[in-house]
Amino acid sequence: MSAVVVQGVSKVFNQGRPNQVDALVDIDLTVEPAEFVSLIGPSGCGKSTLLRLIADLIAPTTGSVTVNGKDAHRARVDQEYGMAFQQAGLFDWRNVAKNIELPLELKGWDKQRRAERAREMLELVKLGEFADHRPWQLSGGMQQRVAIARALAAHPPLLLMDEPFGALDEMTREHMQAELLRICAETGTSVVFVTHSIPEAVYLSHRVVVMSPRPGRITDIVTVDLGEGRDDDTREDSEFFKKITEVREALRAHQPGRSDRIGQAVEDR
Amino acid sequence: MFFVAALLLAAALWELYKQFGPDAGGGVLGWTILPRANDTAMPHVWEMFSHYTEPDRRGSDREVWQVVLSGAWYSFRLALLGFVLGVTVGLALAVLMARFRVVERGLLPYLVASQTVPLIALAPLVVSWGGRVQVGDWVWPRWLSASVIGAFLGFFPVAVGALRGLKSPPAASMELMDSYAATFRQSLFKLRFPAAVPFIVPALKLAATASVVGVVVAEISTGLRGGIGRLIIEYARQATSEPAKVYTAVFGAAALGLVMAGLVALLDFVLMRNRPKEHVGEALA
Repeated sequence: MSAVVVQGVSKVFNQGRPNQVDALVDIDLTVEPAEFVSLIGPSGCGKSTLLRLIADLIAPTTGSVTVNGKDAHRARVDQEYGMAFQQAGLFDWRNVAKNIELPLELKGWDKQRRAERAREMLELVKLGEFADHRPWQLSGGMQQRVAIARALAAHPPLLLMDEPFGALDEMTREHMQAELLRICAETGTSVVFVTHSIPEAVYLSHRVVVMSPRPGRITDIVTVDLGEGRDDDTREDSEFFKKITEVREALRAHQPGRSDRIGQAVEDR
Repeated sequence: MFFVAALLLAAALWELYKQFGPDAGGGVLGWTILPRANDTAMPHVWEMFSHYTEPDRRGSDREVWQVVLSGAWYSFRLALLGFVLGVTVGLALAVLMARFRVVERGLLPYLVASQTVPLIALAPLVVSWGGRVQVGDWVWPRWLSASVIGAFLGFFPVAVGALRGLKSPPAASMELMDSYAATFRQSLFKLRFPAAVPFIVPALKLAATASVVGVVVAEISTGLRGGIGRLIIEYARQATSEPAKVYTAVFGAAALGLVMAGLVALLDFVLMRNRPKEHVGEALA
């Protein structure tokens, strides 16, 4: 059973009003179990919108979304996915362990089971000794690791991430990418990952979904065969650079403001 | 320490003006604005305090400090009840407004308007309404009206502060709760209320002092016996013979407000002990 199936989905904001926006048009996308898929594209291409449609935080105008075989709403209620954002968004009034327990509390788990799972998740993200710390005492990278632990606390089969490493410095970012791959390999979690960074998308993904704006649509899907067990050496692999070039060219092909488009704009005038 | 120093400074300034100010008052550029510095208008600070150890009335075996203290205690209980009532109503309104936007838009202007009603006009009204309330054997006691008026002043800062606090969580946190399919009640208690604490605590400070003001003014304007407000009126009537005496009751009322504020400060300490320091500034900004 596929982790995510998006079929014929489109999303129109402010329908029928002068400020109507076709955020997404004709989206078809399938994510297999344990697959890592990145969504990449310029601002306004609807990649975050697509992520929120999968998460059932907004409803599609047309088409259907299923997560783990359930319709998106059911999947959200059953916590079939975990979510992480650019801001770790930890609650200041809870210590690290209690932050991780939040989704379990909402599911009604008892205290002991929650504490056990929080410990397990802290080990997974290698923050075992920070259980009693307060979020603001941690570095940005550590906070983001807690956010990932929280997202995975209920052992969902799917992880949705919206530029989770966007606010981190380059070194921390690369370290977090390696950590994320390790965590996903250990837990068998599928990931849909929104990013602005081409190397990040290529390094992490089995497939990179390239999107373009106005209206938001999928223009290309680049398959990355870097194998499992990617490490720092992968970043110097010639295949890695080849794929980066491929994604970049796929992005450029539809970039607004290119010479052919400028010519068109001049003609329109 | 600074508090004591400030108190001494205020007393010193008072005496300094009394020494050099014009006894019959004075004017600047034709306006009479300088207060009179004679003994009736501005008694010596030590005279104010000497009254504390005198008998309340001639032949009374209770000294003034005992009367002021028992009056302050009486008013304190009324103010505390008013504070609790006000905070409860304020929080309930804030939750309602945070839940339903339509309630916020409909209600908030009326809440603002409610605070512009002159308290002096309102107090007798509340008393007369209260006088008609009777549920079975239970009759509305007169003192309850004073508490209600205290609550009437106290609920407003709590409602406004809590509303802002309940709406303070960033969009990502709200989306996070949505992604867990959290109910309104769950996100209220696990996210919105904890996030609102830095906004509610300063509002509680305002509510605490407001409830004291409400109760004291209500006592004065409804003639309720036993409290510090009534005592101020009684002692003020004796101002011609003993001009310094009324200050004993005024200081009692001030101390009452300080005790209430102190209780809230304690609450502040307990609620905010595990928070990052920046958040206090954020809430005040």
